[in-house]
Amino acid sequence: MKLSVNIAGVELKNPVMTASGTFGSGMEYAEMADLNRLGAIVTKGVANVAWEGNPTPRVAEVYGGMLNAIGLQNPGVDVFMERDLKFLEAYDTKVIVNVCGHTVEEYCEVVEKLNDTKVSMYEINVSCPNVKAGALAFGQDAGVLEATTKAIKAVAKKPVIMKLSPNVTSIKDMALAAEAGGADAISLINTLIGMKIDINRKKFVLANRTGGFSGPAVKPVAVRMVYEASHAVKIPVIGMGGISNAEDALEFILAGATAVSVGTANFTDPEASMKVIDGIEAYMVKYGTEDIRSLIGAVS
Amino acid sequence: MKRKTEALIKEHKEISEGIFSLVLETELAKEACPGQFAGVYPKDGSRILMRPISICDADESSLRMVYRVAGGGTKEISGYKSGETVEILGMLGNGYDLEALKGKRVLSLGGGIGIPPMLYLAKALKMAGIENTAVLGYADNKTFLKEEFEEQCGTYVASMDGSAGTKGTVLDAIKENGLEAEVICACGPMPMLKAVKEYAQEKGMEAYISLEERMACGVGACLGCVTKTVKKDEHTHVNNTRICVEGPVFDAKEVCI
Repeated sequence: MKLSVNIAGVELKNPVMTASGTFGSGMEYAEMADLNRLGAIVTKGVANVAWEGNPTPRVAEVYGGMLNAIGLQNPGVDVFMERDLKFLEAYDTKVIVNVCGHTVEEYCEVVEKLNDTKVSMYEINVSCPNVKAGALAFGQDAGVLEATTKAIKAVAKKPVIMKLSPNVTSIKDMALAAEAGGADAISLINTLIGMKIDINRKKFVLANRTGGFSGPAVKPVAVRMVYEASHAVKIPVIGMGGISNAEDALEFILAGATAVSVGTANFTDPEASMKVIDGIEAYMVKYGTEDIRSLIGAVS
Repeated sequence: MKRKTEALIKEHKEISEGIFSLVLETELAKEACPGQFAGVYPKDGSRILMRPISICDADESSLRMVYRVAGGGTKEISGYKSGETVEILGMLGNGYDLEALKGKRVLSLGGGIGIPPMLYLAKALKMAGIENTAVLGYADNKTFLKEEFEEQCGTYVASMDGSAGTKGTVLDAIKENGLEAEVICACGPMPMLKAVKEYAQEKGMEAYISLEERMACGVGACLGCVTKTVKKDEHTHVNNTRICVEGPVFDAKEVCI
């Protein structure tokens, strides 16, 4: 039985990753979950310098999910390389670094610094809904997305995954733009923009007013978008959005995802990703599936 | 070692209006220390995040948590019966540094649902032979846990409506009773902690305060529950720190609240 998949020449031992922002750099979960089992760890967003993030409250639970407006707080790429990346080198898993920035130059600066490290791929965060300048601005206009992808590809020595926002009119157009810009893969969905109001205080629950909506409730939107995007482009698609068990993950794979990411479910269960891997294996045994790749886009 | 584990409910009862005492049988208990907390997961799948609840007491095999029903999640949890199991994530947070308190007189202040963790601290201080006086701030005369504090240490009460002890806050009770100490340990609502920080500064006392914030992961990954810090934090490299890992107990001088 073969679980490995290949994304832009990078061989993953299985198609299960952790979604950016929900697993730290793996360090925070290492005592609770076996990182060696993961196909890849996608780190929390890293910028050229340290970012303070947004005021609190930054998180709120909503029905079937949560809102977050962390604001991409991170220690900056230098600290990340010195500490987090060194830590991850001890594990037998691929490392994908999520890269964030306010400008194209900032994205490129991070990528250039990581070019000569053991990082396997970059995931470019052009879809964070919680940062005012930049971020989402790069991911909501097809022309800008294509140009941003081109600029990053011009300096990147490793495969580039563009992480797409669901907060667009046509996900197909955005997927095509990333592909036209030279992206090696795309990942989706980032969070949907949401809001929660405390009716007793008549106040926004999040200090940022809006936040990214994630969790089990967003899954049908994500599956549909992964289906549309993967049928529009030839590059591999990494699917995510509300995956909390193997059944969820398999929906994404059947919709057309080559790999999947477990996100918010890590908060519900630190071993959620490992259980997804186990469940995919059990499914393959049940249906006599020899190679996971035969399931990719197999929905009809 | 932090982990998610299943715990057996040994006892669960309402000890005051909307305040519940939950006793869990779990091997995590022996790793607990005062000031720490654990996450209790609701069973309803529409609620995906654990509820962080402070530890009110612990022995070799059981954890006691006293919590207030504040929303749908804690309302659901309050319905769990003894004999049922519940999933918890623990032990979380740093807790009080008892070594730093040795040889000093401690005033431990609890306000509202910040009272329960101070009981565990009171027991630990007594065991360590550290002099401690508790001052408990309530809204009214529903003085939950008061008798249990009296078994551990000198105990004073304040109530906002004046129906029990000193009328006003824990600081009013300290002043009225002329209480003195070298160190304050406090847990309670933000206005109380701000006042405590100011009071300690005025009096030149050390103060360790336990902070609360909405959190998702509880283990330092999501960066949801941060508080502003005076100095650059060693982990985050910005002026804020994670309440769930570096806290919830902080030296009041080091956090901007």
